Amino acid sequence: MLGGIDPFILIASLIAASVPILLAALGEAVVERAGVLNLGVEGMMIMGAVTGFMVSVATGSPLLGFLAAMAGAMALSLIFAFLTQVMLANQVASGLALTLFGLGFSSLLGQGYVGVKPPLTTAVPFGPLADLPVIGEILFSHDWITYLSLALVGLVWFVLNRTRTGLILRAVGENAEAAHGLGYKVRRIRLLAILFGAALAGLGGAYISLVRVPQWTDGITAGAGWIALAIVVFASWRPLRVLAGAWLFGGLTVLQLNLQAAGSGIPVEYLSMAPYLITIIVLVLISSGKGRALDAPAALGQNFHASR
Amino acid sequence: MLRLEKRPAPSRFWLWAAPIVAVLCTMVAGGLMFAALGKNPIEALRTIFWEPLFGELAWYFRGQLLLKAGPLVLIAIGLAMGYRAGIWNIGAEGQYIIGAVVGASVGLAFYPAEHWFIFPLAILAGALGGMTWGLIPAILRVKFRTNEILVSLMLVYVAQTILAMAALGFLRNPEGNNFPGSRNLSQYPATANPELISGTGLHWGVVTALIVVLLGWLILSRHRFGFEIRLAGQAPRAARFAGVNPDRMVLICLGLSGALAGLAGIFEVTGPSGIISPDFNVGYGFTAIIVAFLGRLHPVGILLAGLLMALTYIGGEYAATNLGLPSAAVQAFQGMLLFFLLALDVFGNYRLRFGSGRAV
Repeated sequence: MLGGIDPFILIASLIAASVPILLAALGEAVVERAGVLNLGVEGMMIMGAVTGFMVSVATGSPLLGFLAAMAGAMALSLIFAFLTQVMLANQVASGLALTLFGLGFSSLLGQGYVGVKPPLTTAVPFGPLADLPVIGEILFSHDWITYLSLALVGLVWFVLNRTRTGLILRAVGENAEAAHGLGYKVRRIRLLAILFGAALAGLGGAYISLVRVPQWTDGITAGAGWIALAIVVFASWRPLRVLAGAWLFGGLTVLQLNLQAAGSGIPVEYLSMAPYLITIIVLVLISSGKGRALDAPAALGQNFHASR
Repeated sequence: MLRLEKRPAPSRFWLWAAPIVAVLCTMVAGGLMFAALGKNPIEALRTIFWEPLFGELAWYFRGQLLLKAGPLVLIAIGLAMGYRAGIWNIGAEGQYIIGAVVGASVGLAFYPAEHWFIFPLAILAGALGGMTWGLIPAILRVKFRTNEILVSLMLVYVAQTILAMAALGFLRNPEGNNFPGSRNLSQYPATANPELISGTGLHWGVVTALIVVLLGWLILSRHRFGFEIRLAGQAPRAARFAGVNPDRMVLICLGLSGALAGLAGIFEVTGPSGIISPDFNVGYGFTAIIVAFLGRLHPVGILLAGLLMALTYIGGEYAATNLGLPSAAVQAFQGMLLFFLLALDVFGNYRLRFGSGRAV
């Protein structure tokens, strides 16, 4: 039916392909749960992609590259945090500015790096496990960032739903006034959430430039940040559904490439449209009141200024 | 300890001072950025802001200015109406694409016939196409209370795949040697949108933009609908008591901004760009959001902001060829401009106070 596409390789490659959008979406989900809508994910991802690339080329160490990517994206997100949390600027506009600036600035930084090869990030050596039929391909053929991203899904789920920290974060996102009244530092909590989101976006960006592609070109993230934003909505702000959403989006991308390569008659445009249409449908289902529990954080996108 | 105190009424001085100070700050910060990258900052700034207007090639660049400002202004005015009413259309890029594709389809359906009515019909189709695309998030918001920011953004990507389908499929030029892209609408006399006065960049889209500036100003300052828009944005509860129907407001604002974005798209594809290709859109729909904010959501301000933003595009391209700056540098510049503007805007609504307010 699929014209000679091996389903197991497909699953393994969809897991790898969805790592960048999974990381970025997971981070953004936390940011939005704290009531902040940061549309600058694309900008933070590409800043991570370029700083990670530069540092890992300079040092020869992918690990240092990934750390630098997190730092680079966090530095960029500080501008957004300053604008929205201190200067009380509109979050939509600030996020868009962040994306624009990130795209431009990364291309200035990366000027001398076009065509350079970064050090390789190899698969984790599982020894004989990797040679197991089917399971070896799907479960034990990946690099450490992939496993880290999956572990982070669990961690974020646990922190959000099972710890006091998560409760406070959600309170800030649902009703900042009330959280402030209880004595929580709304702006500090939101700042930390923004930084966490940026770190994951930067990591996802660096995964594109260091592992997926791996080289540097202008605009290398190619809209992954926007897809991450779509996934957060699709997942109705829940970490486990973020994983499902990332696999769906990543899977459709991989399937689309495979179908194209296999010369199948299915028009790929419908496939590339599908995730966005599905997201809109999910949005409608959420909003039409079918499930109040699926609702967006109540204070999403609203700035908080303590007058007293 | 510094703290912010809300002003009883927004400051009129800062409303207009903020963009000017922001432009100056951007020049300084941009100069520092270029210096840090080892370029001569004065030369870079002169190339971007001075040469296109007064340099030896200015005769060419001045025409480009209106050409690039036209679509930005047209889209931004529609967006500004909605933003004033608290309706956030950020999918103008998609409405722009759909306007171009629908308009071009109608125009090319007549190929190679020659009739006077083909061009107006194509323009009308473009506006309707953009309007339809803008009405989708509007209807979903009215019917299901979905968030129009997210829906309009998702629709940009759907529009982009439709654009690819058009360029590679149903609009592909049958005589184009299998290259992606439609027939050239600017070389098909019945749909061409030529420069009206040679060397000025003035085409029908620019004329429309100027008319829309005037109409927008009249509506916002003199018409009841403009008053309702401002009321709905600044005091939604009062607006409801005054009989403003919020659902109708959403439909009108999103439909209108979609139609204007669609117009910008069809004027672009029948004029400067000529063909529907997969990368025909260059982000005017997103840049127009900056133009709307920089122009203070005011039609005349938007006109000035559109011209300034067009200048950064042209100067950026010029600097790319002359100084070896990457063409994306202009995006860094535009982003920075918006940063400064947003930061300075706080002084319009708040005043800075010294002394001990309770720390936040």
